[in-house]
Amino acid sequence: MIQQVEDPAVEVHDLTVTYHKKPVLWDIDLTLPKGAIIGIIGPNGAGKSTLIKAIMNLIPHGSGYVKIFNRDIDEVRDKVSYVPQKESVDWDFPASVMDVVLMGRYAKLGLFKRPRKADKEVALDCLKKVGMDAYKSRQIAQLSGGQQQRVFLARALAQEADIYFMDEPFAGVDAATETAIIELLREMSEKGKTVVVIHHDIQSAMEYFNWIVLLNMRLVASGPTAQTLIPSLLEETYGGKLTLLAEVGNLMQKTEFTGRDKR
Amino acid sequence: MDAFWIILTGSFVSISCGLLGSYLILRKMAMVGDAISHAVLPGIVIAFLISGQRDSLTMLVGAGILGVITTFLIEFFHQKGNLQTDASIGVTFTWLFALGIILISVYAGQVDLDQDCVLHGEIAYVPIDLWITASGKIIGPRAVFITGSVMIIVISFIAIGYKELFLTTFDPAFATVIGISTALWHYLLMGAVSLATVASFESVGAILVVALLIAPPATAYLLTEKFRPMLIITVLLGILISISGYYLAVSIDGSIAGAMSTVAGLLFALAFLFSPKEGIIITWLKNQARKKELS
Repeated sequence: MIQQVEDPAVEVHDLTVTYHKKPVLWDIDLTLPKGAIIGIIGPNGAGKSTLIKAIMNLIPHGSGYVKIFNRDIDEVRDKVSYVPQKESVDWDFPASVMDVVLMGRYAKLGLFKRPRKADKEVALDCLKKVGMDAYKSRQIAQLSGGQQQRVFLARALAQEADIYFMDEPFAGVDAATETAIIELLREMSEKGKTVVVIHHDIQSAMEYFNWIVLLNMRLVASGPTAQTLIPSLLEETYGGKLTLLAEVGNLMQKTEFTGRDKR
Repeated sequence: MDAFWIILTGSFVSISCGLLGSYLILRKMAMVGDAISHAVLPGIVIAFLISGQRDSLTMLVGAGILGVITTFLIEFFHQKGNLQTDASIGVTFTWLFALGIILISVYAGQVDLDQDCVLHGEIAYVPIDLWITASGKIIGPRAVFITGSVMIIVISFIAIGYKELFLTTFDPAFATVIGISTALWHYLLMGAVSLATVASFESVGAILVVALLIAPPATAYLLTEKFRPMLIITVLLGILISISGYYLAVSIDGSIAGAMSTVAGLLFALAFLFSPKEGIIITWLKNQARKKELS
């Protein structure tokens, strides 16, 4: 089930990516709709991070091309934002929460220019949205995992981009943070922003995303959630691993997919 | 007056090196200065072979070019070979140094040419080596002007690229995504490190440069959790090291560079013990107080 869309936010054409001559992504061909909350789902080692990094041109392509808003990525960098895995940076770095969020404004400032008052207001506003405004002067070394994730999210928001790539924003955060983040993503989507999220949990994927990409080194499916998160495709993605099959079984038992916080 | 010139040169060098060193330790590339001090040898030999002269400017240019090549190779092996940065540094500078030795033994065995020509400057000689114009006017010690210009270049570089350097050091992936070139700023920084170290080697000696590149920023890192204060503390520490190092050397009648490096080490030890952030004595005292409260 690979559904293509007209006037896509992201178009990936015949993309192959290799690490040390070993292919990690095979011939990916997909389009992602504008304004959707898109979940990228697949087992460990499926190449989920590699896919979004290749889309953002952080790693070289073996073959194929990527277009964002029908343009080359380098022409639209100011419209693209990224929330890396929080483990990817050194949190002992001497910086405050505000310093990190202001980094989101750097793309809009030229050389020489320091962030102005207006930039600080935007940054503070974004910190409010993630519920971290009380921590703006806090050193990042003192933050918990969930707070680190919120700060990274605020930094991306401060950029006021049109498309956001998030690498496992829900990993290692508590339920309250998870709810806060998903509400924020919905708000962004309502404003027409496209959000691409790497995600692990199949159950919550049902209610979080309206478009799903199933990936296991090659593209298994890409389409609206109801048509892609189905047992046969999940089985194909996960290759019939026991625990996951059980999870799929649970999914099938539930006739309707209610949110787990409504239970 | 001699004391003034020596302390001034020491301060200029420690400010340039300390500021750049702050970025190096946060990028986990602290040993780059050490690497450059060895890897410039083939540059010195080749500069001599091409020009046939042993004046310091030619040598400096040769050393400077090799410094940049060294940092380029370190990054190349790290990126393309997926080698850890420290391993990449270790491989690069040892073979470049060896290459220099071979070049000397093959082509320049008869000439007194070694790292001493460029690397082992002696800060005590700073006031002797004067800059004299064609008309015979004495302007002042040459080293003061060289290290002073380098310091101005380094400070302007950091002032211009402050936020780019800050972001590419903290989160290179995010920097790339929003359109700030990590590679460009990396090489600009490494170019500045090569310039500062090579120019300072000649004036104050290699050991002092390697010490000033790392010890003051490492000390400042223990004392603050903010980046801007870390830079400011590094600068103040550099000046303090130059002044107290000089007078320590005078009082024991010893090497000035050695005394300055010793003071740098002592200040680091003090910060390690008494830093309010994570000094081990302070932490111990806090734990004792907590225990008392609980009992």
